[in-house]
Amino acid sequence: MDVVKLQKQLVDYRASLYHEAFLDEQFTQLQELQDENNPDFVVEVVSLFFEDSERLLNELAKALEQQSIDFKRVDAHVHQLKGSSSSIGAQRVQKVCITFRNYCEEQNVEGCLKCLQQVKHEYSLVKTKLETMFKILAAGGSIPM
Amino acid sequence: MVESGFSSPRHDAFPAGLRVLVVDDDPTWLKILEKMLKKCSYEVTTCGLARDALNLLRERKDGYDIVISDVNMPDMDGFKLLEHVGLEMDLPVIMMSVDGETSRVMKGVQHGACDYLLKPIRMKELRNIWQHVFRKKIHEVRDIESLEGNEGLQMTRSGSDLVDDGHLLSGEDMNSARKRKDAENKHDDRDLSDPSSTKKARVVWTVDLHQKFVKAVNQIGFDKVGPKKILDLMNVPWLTRENVASHLQKYRLYLSRLQKDSDVKNSFVGMKHSDPPSKDSTDCFGIHSSMSVIQDDVSNGTYNFSVNNSLVQNVDLNHEGDKKGITSAPVAEPKGALSIDIPDPHKAQSSQISFDHSLGSVDSGLKFALFNSTNQTRYSWSEIPEIQFKQECEPLQLENGFSQLPLPGSQHQVQTEYLQPAVSISSGPSITEKEVSSRPLYDEYRSNHVKHLSPTEAVDLFPVPSRNQTLNNQVFNPISATTSSMKNQGISLNDLEFAQRNLNGGVGVPIASLSEDLQFCWLQGECYAMNIGLQDFECIEYNDPAPIAEIPFLLYDAPRFDHEHLFDPTEYAAIDQGLFA
Repeated sequence: MDVVKLQKQLVDYRASLYHEAFLDEQFTQLQELQDENNPDFVVEVVSLFFEDSERLLNELAKALEQQSIDFKRVDAHVHQLKGSSSSIGAQRVQKVCITFRNYCEEQNVEGCLKCLQQVKHEYSLVKTKLETMFKILAAGGSIPM
Repeated sequence: MVESGFSSPRHDAFPAGLRVLVVDDDPTWLKILEKMLKKCSYEVTTCGLARDALNLLRERKDGYDIVISDVNMPDMDGFKLLEHVGLEMDLPVIMMSVDGETSRVMKGVQHGACDYLLKPIRMKELRNIWQHVFRKKIHEVRDIESLEGNEGLQMTRSGSDLVDDGHLLSGEDMNSARKRKDAENKHDDRDLSDPSSTKKARVVWTVDLHQKFVKAVNQIGFDKVGPKKILDLMNVPWLTRENVASHLQKYRLYLSRLQKDSDVKNSFVGMKHSDPPSKDSTDCFGIHSSMSVIQDDVSNGTYNFSVNNSLVQNVDLNHEGDKKGITSAPVAEPKGALSIDIPDPHKAQSSQISFDHSLGSVDSGLKFALFNSTNQTRYSWSEIPEIQFKQECEPLQLENGFSQLPLPGSQHQVQTEYLQPAVSISSGPSITEKEVSSRPLYDEYRSNHVKHLSPTEAVDLFPVPSRNQTLNNQVFNPISATTSSMKNQGISLNDLEFAQRNLNGGVGVPIASLSEDLQFCWLQGECYAMNIGLQDFECIEYNDPAPIAEIPFLLYDAPRFDHEHLFDPTEYAAIDQGLFA
C-alpha cells in the first residue's frame, strides 16, 4: 500500500476514533508531545496505559468476586482506571468509570458487576482500535498531524 | 548560598530550568507529565510513590522548586504528602486529580496546595506553574524587605551574610526575584540587587530576640500590644519599630494559623478569626489574623487560640480547672522572653491546659481555648500523649482577651493536641528523654490524627539544644497526622521546639509547674517561639551549616510554618539556608 494511501487511511481511521468518542482531545495532546526526542512517545504512553488498565481490571474482577466486597477498594481501583483512561483520552472508558463509581458509592453489587463488564468491553474496543492505528502507523510512517 | 549540589535552579532563564518533582502512582500520567514539563523547559524528576518523593525532597532540600502531586496514591494520601512538603520544605505544591469535586479541591487548598489541577491536564496549565514559585519568592522577599526596612546595617548583625546566602530562595533565585522586586521596592536604600550587601541586613529573629518580643507583648498585654510599646519594652537598640511591627504581624498570623488549623481539624476550634475574642488583631498576637484564616474551616468558632507567648505564660491554663486537668498553672512567664511556658511536659495534663478553659480561663492571654480539648488525658507527656493535634493545632491564641477560649467542645480536640506537644516539649530534659519515647507518641499521635505535629514528635524533634537531635524526617513522618496545613505542624513543632528551647535553654523554664496548659499554649502559640528556640541553631545555622544537619528537621521547619507570617522571612531564609546548606 503506498504511503499516501496509508496516510489517508490513518487519518480517516483516527478521525473515526474521535468521532465515535473512543478518543478525545487528550489524545491529540499526546500526539503533539511527540517529537524527535521521543519519536515513539504515543506508542509508549499507550502501552503503559494498556498495562496499567489490564492490571486494574484484574484487580477489579478479584475485588468483586469476594464474598464481602470491599467497595472502597473497588472504588479506588475504578478511580485509578478513570485517571488512567483520561491520560490518553479514552473517553468511553472514562465515562463508564463514572457510572461505576456511583454504583460503588451505593454499594450496588449488581451495578458494579455490570459496569465491570462494560468497562472491560470498552477497554478492549479502544485497545483494538489503537492497535490497529499503530499498525497503520507502523506501515505508513509517522502520523500526520 | 545554599543550594543542593545536585541541581541548582537556572535563575537567569527563569522560568526555564524550574526544578519540578512530579509524584503520581499512575505510570501513564507520570510519563505524560514528564514529557509536558520537559517541553516547558523545566527540569523534571518523576516519582511513583509518595514516600520516594519525600525521600528525594529530604535528600536535597534545595533541590526542587515545586512539587506536583496526585491526590490519590496507594502508599500515602496526597494531602498528607502535601502537608509534609509544606511543613518540611516549604515548597509550593500543586495537587492533581481526575476527581474535580469541590470538596476535594477545597481540601487541597486547605491543606496548603497552591493550585489544584484536574486531569486530563493540558500543557498550557503546566506552562504557568512557575508563577507559584515566583509568588512565594516575592512574598519572602517582601517580608524580608519589610523587616529590613530602614534598619540598614543594624540588621547585619545577625549574620545577614548568612541570611543573604540563605535566602529563602536559593540565592540566585532570590536574586531574580529580588531584581524583579526591586522595581517595586519601596526601600530605596536597600540594596536588593546585591544579596551580599550588608545593607540588606535583615533582622534575624533569634530565639532570644523573639523571647524578648513575646515577653514584651505579654507584659503589655495582648490587648494593648503595639509595635512601639513592644519596642520600648524590648529595649533592643538596633531594632526598629518596623521590625517589630512586621514581626508582630507575623506572630499574629502564626497564631491565627494555629488556631485555624486546629479549627479546621477539630472544627471546634473556634479559631475563626471572625470572632476573635477580644481579638482585635492587636490583642491576640496575630491570633486573630490567623484565626480568620483558619476560620473558615473551623466550624468552631473561636478558638482563637492565639497563643501568645506571653499568653502562654500567663495563661492560666488552669483556668478552668474544668478543663481538663490541665494544671494550668499560670504559666508564669518563665523563662525567657518566650513565654512559652511549656508546661511541664510530663504533664500531659498540661495539654489540657487551659485549652479547656479555652476561653475563659486563659487570662493570661493565652487563650488557649484551644485546648480544652478533651485531650487532657493525653497530656502526659512523659509518654507523650497523643497529642493529637487534632485540633490542628489551632493556634493557641492566648490572647488576653481570650476569655473565650473557644475550645469548648471542639476544642478538645485541639487541646489535646496541643497539649500534647506541650507535653512533650516539656522541658528539655524531659524532652530529650522523650525523644525516644515521643516517637511512639507520634505514632499515636498520628493515629489520633492529630494534625499537628504531635507534640511529642515535636518534642523529639526539638530537643533543640542538642543538635544531635535528629529530628530528621523520621520524626516528621509521624507527624503526618498533622493537618494539611503546615501550620499546624509548624506550630506544633514550634511549640515543641520552643518548649524545648525553653526547657533546655533555660529559657525560663517553662512553666513546668504550669501545667500543661502553658506548655500547651506554649507550644501552640509558640511556633514562633520555636524559631526562637532555634537560637542555638540559628547561630549554628548561619555559621555552620554542618550542625544544622543535625538539627532536627523539625526545628527548622517549624518555623517554617508560619514562617511567612510569624517569622521574619529573613530568618527563615537564613535558617533555611543554614539548615539546608
